[in-house]
Amino acid sequence: METVIQTEHLTKNYGKARGITDVSLRVNAGEIYGFMGPNGAGKSTTIRSLLGLIKPTGGTAAILGRDCVKDKKDVLSRIGYMPSETVFYKGMKVKDVIALSAKLRGKDCRKQADMLCERLRLDVDKKVEQLSLGNRKKVGIVCAMQHKPELSIFDEPTSGLDPLIQKEFFDLILERNKEGATFFLSSHVLSEVKKYCTRAAIIREGKVIAEDSVEHLISGNARKVTVNGLTRLPEALEKCAKKVTKDGDQIHFLYQGDPKQLLSVLHTQPLTDLLIEEPDMEEIFLHYYQ
Amino acid sequence: MTIYIHEWKQNQKSLWIWTLSVAVMNIVCMMLYPQMRKQADSVSEMFSQMGGFSSAFGMDQVNFGDALGFFAIECGNILALGGVMFAALLGIGMLAKEENLHTAEFLLTHPVSRNRVLVEKLAAMYTLLVVFYLVNFAGTVISFPCVGEEIEWKELSMVFAANLFLALEVSSVCFALSAFLKGSSAGFGIGIGMLFYFLNLFGNISDQAEWVKYVTPFAYADASTIIAENALDTKLLCIGAGYLAVGVVIAFWHYSRKDIA
Repeated sequence: METVIQTEHLTKNYGKARGITDVSLRVNAGEIYGFMGPNGAGKSTTIRSLLGLIKPTGGTAAILGRDCVKDKKDVLSRIGYMPSETVFYKGMKVKDVIALSAKLRGKDCRKQADMLCERLRLDVDKKVEQLSLGNRKKVGIVCAMQHKPELSIFDEPTSGLDPLIQKEFFDLILERNKEGATFFLSSHVLSEVKKYCTRAAIIREGKVIAEDSVEHLISGNARKVTVNGLTRLPEALEKCAKKVTKDGDQIHFLYQGDPKQLLSVLHTQPLTDLLIEEPDMEEIFLHYYQ
Repeated sequence: MTIYIHEWKQNQKSLWIWTLSVAVMNIVCMMLYPQMRKQADSVSEMFSQMGGFSSAFGMDQVNFGDALGFFAIECGNILALGGVMFAALLGIGMLAKEENLHTAEFLLTHPVSRNRVLVEKLAAMYTLLVVFYLVNFAGTVISFPCVGEEIEWKELSMVFAANLFLALEVSSVCFALSAFLKGSSAGFGIGIGMLFYFLNLFGNISDQAEWVKYVTPFAYADASTIIAENALDTKLLCIGAGYLAVGVVIAFWHYSRKDIA
């Protein structure tokens, strides 16, 4: 399978301030890849290194087989990018910004741009300073997708978008993905990652702490357990239980251990009800972050 | 050409505000000439008693009663100061504004090399300055026959050429600084323009401060000196060209390596 993004021990050192350390990622062609992490974890630094906005102090980054530093121009011609802070030149109309983006790429994207503007319900005659955050995001999406790039990188794409436009945005992504395009989504919205991404990585304090299929990230060994009828967690489970919370005679915890042991211990307890389920993305997220 | 055209359009408002402000001030000033000519003797006598102040503004080098002398003293300073302020603001904001206003992430994630960005921005900046001086030159040329005077093509051309070069140099120096800046930079630009201007006044007043003429580009663009000597100081112009070139090289060197955060 063709690799679209590959970083090997990518490191950016800002001196005293932390950047990213040894970030190794692999995004395959045709994937919708989620990139998650709390604020300041290094998501934007990783993306900026991929885009050639900053020079890494160590490691390598390649997009579509081309080096992100040496072949930056070629790389940028084949990708689309929407930053988290979508800011455009004051005084320009939306249609002028979209046309400027196409001209900078040396392409005539009018047909595709019109289609995107229509589907995202974007008023192209408005000046950019009159736009809300959501509408600025729409302009960013059009600029990042109008030239039908092989890879699109979106940094927090849906913040500020209303639910209908969010759905339209993901419909557009899925349509382009069916045509073979690859997407790299940096997101805080775990339900989005769970719903649309095939694989994901989690970055924390500048280091990638997990990279796997979303299915595996969710499942792993951990199970979310809810027990009714107990006032305290049995001692035998304490070692494998995390994030234990009590609510009256109900106990919630994440169990990471042998399921047989869990059942044998609970079997001896005076419980009235038991629920074992896959943890949701928020819990996985917190589990990896803490 | 896309960035060049974009930058040209982005600066239209600023170009016409500065150009028309300076041109109108100069034309209004020249319209006062017929009235001032009548008082030329008394004004010249007053200037002769003003000592260093008179030297600072070149009043001791030209005849105030003469249209060209009046232009040099009254309009020369407006032209030089107005032009330099416009040039400094243009240059200092040219690169820094992209990071300050967060548009760098838009511009530099398109398939354009940083060198192309620099070349086109530099070309746009120089074009804006050329237009500024061409319009002002036209305004001045028109104002001479309006006050019943002949157009002194050679002298006026030299004054405007030197002022254009002054603006190109200041804008290039500011362009280099702009490559290092991230935040709002207008104050920095105005400060540099004022520093050069006052250094020149200082150099005009004091014989011991002659060295400043090798630092401030106002020295070779002084309208009174150019008209009095009927020539441009090519030595100072060459030094200015050196500063201009150094500014451009530094801008390219730093901006092509800079991390855009």
